[in-house]
Amino acid sequence: MNTIKTEYLEERFNELLSAQPESKLKSWQKEGFQTFTKVGLPTLKNEEWKYTGISRLFTRDFSIPSKGTESISREIVEKAAMPGASAMNHLVFLNGKLNLELSTFKKSDDFEICTLEEAYNGRYKDDVEAYFNKSSLVTKDGIHALNVSFMNDSVFIKVNKGHEVSMPVYFNHIFDATHNHLLASPRSLVIVEEAAKVEIIESYYTHGSMDSFSNEVVEIIAKENCQIEAYKIQNDTPNGNHVGTTHIRQIGKCLVNTVTISLNGGMIRNNTDIIMEKDANEAHMYGLYFLKGHTHVDNHTLVDNTKPLCFSNELYKGIIDDYATGVFSGKIIVRPDAQKINAYQSNKNILLSPTGTINTKPQLEIYADDVKCSHGCTVGRLDEEALYYLRARGINKDLAKSMLLKAFADDIVMHIKIEAVKEYVESLIAERLQLHD
Amino acid sequence: MLSIKNIHASIEGKEILKGLSLDVKAGEVHAIMGPNGSGKSTLASVLAGREEYEVTEGTIDFGGKELLELSPEERAKEGLFLAFQYPVEIPGVSTTNFIKAALNEKRKYQGLEPLDAASFLKLLKEKAALLELDKSLLSRSLNEGFSGGEKKRNEIFQMAVLDPKLTILDETDSGLDIDALRIVAKGVNTLRNESHAIIVITHYQRLLNYLQPDFVHVLMNGRIVKSGGKELALELEEKGYDFIKEEMQESLTA
Repeated sequence: MNTIKTEYLEERFNELLSAQPESKLKSWQKEGFQTFTKVGLPTLKNEEWKYTGISRLFTRDFSIPSKGTESISREIVEKAAMPGASAMNHLVFLNGKLNLELSTFKKSDDFEICTLEEAYNGRYKDDVEAYFNKSSLVTKDGIHALNVSFMNDSVFIKVNKGHEVSMPVYFNHIFDATHNHLLASPRSLVIVEEAAKVEIIESYYTHGSMDSFSNEVVEIIAKENCQIEAYKIQNDTPNGNHVGTTHIRQIGKCLVNTVTISLNGGMIRNNTDIIMEKDANEAHMYGLYFLKGHTHVDNHTLVDNTKPLCFSNELYKGIIDDYATGVFSGKIIVRPDAQKINAYQSNKNILLSPTGTINTKPQLEIYADDVKCSHGCTVGRLDEEALYYLRARGINKDLAKSMLLKAFADDIVMHIKIEAVKEYVESLIAERLQLHD
Repeated sequence: MLSIKNIHASIEGKEILKGLSLDVKAGEVHAIMGPNGSGKSTLASVLAGREEYEVTEGTIDFGGKELLELSPEERAKEGLFLAFQYPVEIPGVSTTNFIKAALNEKRKYQGLEPLDAASFLKLLKEKAALLELDKSLLSRSLNEGFSGGEKKRNEIFQMAVLDPKLTILDETDSGLDIDALRIVAKGVNTLRNESHAIIVITHYQRLLNYLQPDFVHVLMNGRIVKSGGKELALELEEKGYDFIKEEMQESLTA
């Protein structure tokens, strides 16, 4: 019952590929599956997966979405969508695949939206060839390889030079696990051209009572003078599992901000990679994991300073209740030529229950000598002095705790620049804390 | 209003208060003085309900209720207010939101509706002016980055908004310059009335010059060893605590 099974994946892979014509995408998939066969699923012995036993998910028989279009009711789309979606470029991905019928977005000359296959077979062949699947050079584990193998051709987005996408681009991921356990592999490529500006938000929703596992990779190419906000809001059901790699390459001098909010779900792993490939790049990464039940959230971040004068600031905060687990691993690499960089990292955690777990690990690899790097992590309980002070003013213990936790979380939430998203996250947190105003 | 009878209290197994008794009536101002380590701050903590202190003996009646059976928040809602010696900095919680929560919790306890926004802001403005508190402090995180004087004025400001029956000032004068001391004293005096009792815990005469207490008590070794009028504070300032120690020696040998 509890054995890990992967043999059947080969059969599914062959089925999936035989239905596709030969193409460049197909050869990437083949390469991916070769890697997967070679390295297998990561185990706890793999340093990068030490605290997240992802292979446990494979005790189930997953069904793998076929090529064709599937459908789901609009009612479910509405339920999955975050409030304010109607004022966004709302892209609905069902089981990893873009569903144009259910999506609503404003066509404009600001940006192009199509599938990867369309992009490759059309005007964007060079872009796809130049930028697709570079993440596999950095992340070489079996989970990433599995995404490439089974990738759902999610979306190709190109934000045109000098254009600002006025409405946020919202990836509403819906997974239909009504009848079977589902393994979906969303795969997207976003190219943000010179001096362009875009905001991307992703959310995840599992429909049905079977288990879903979304194994996602989003590659973002950030060119000179562009500005990108990339947010993930995770508030799925306990049967919704997720590994998501957001691989951002700053190939021109530009600004990238990421915010990752994790509130509910099963086993979740977020890899957020920033590869700084030009002088004086800037990135800010924020994360909040506020967990209860048995939810497991692992945030792995990477800032790779390959050039001088880069700046990065990273703040991740965790609140762990019940039997939940939080993992933070923050890697900063400073390459030999990357002099005069500033890289800051901080991870702060509050444990609310004796049965909760936190694992936090900063990793600095510095090969240059003139750099400023700092890192720090704390794990503690709620500040007893502060709690007493509030109670001594007549504020009930539960309300006092909630006020302190809200203040702790606000430190991250305040960095969400899209008002509707910020209000949504605030309302979820207020609900969790039973705060009413 | 407050009747403390034979209180023994200890922290981490060490007895600090050793049979302290004190009666405070509505409208009275009592000063408690005493050398370092005599138990002054312990008394404040025991009254406010700090959980680290264990009361092993004695009773405290507060307006007809057994104070020791109430949680810190219940005590506050019953009308007890402790002005902290070291007000805590709370990042991310604004002073305004904090006071609003405290006031509304108290009103709920009293069976009243929450104060509407306009009345609340008016109250806040009025009391901030009384304490000469810069309005920008109200929107900032509670006590975070406040100067020593600002923190203490903020305590008295909170007292003014919450309108307690019994206030305990725990060394509110420590770390204050002359101007801040004058403002704090003015604030306290304005809120002095026949239904509000005040216990002033202090090392020094200077705050008492402004507050003019009705009674002065000397706390030593966990008990009140001498009580008198405001002239006792002057005598202590002049002679130190040694003369009381000598008196105690004499009464022991007599």
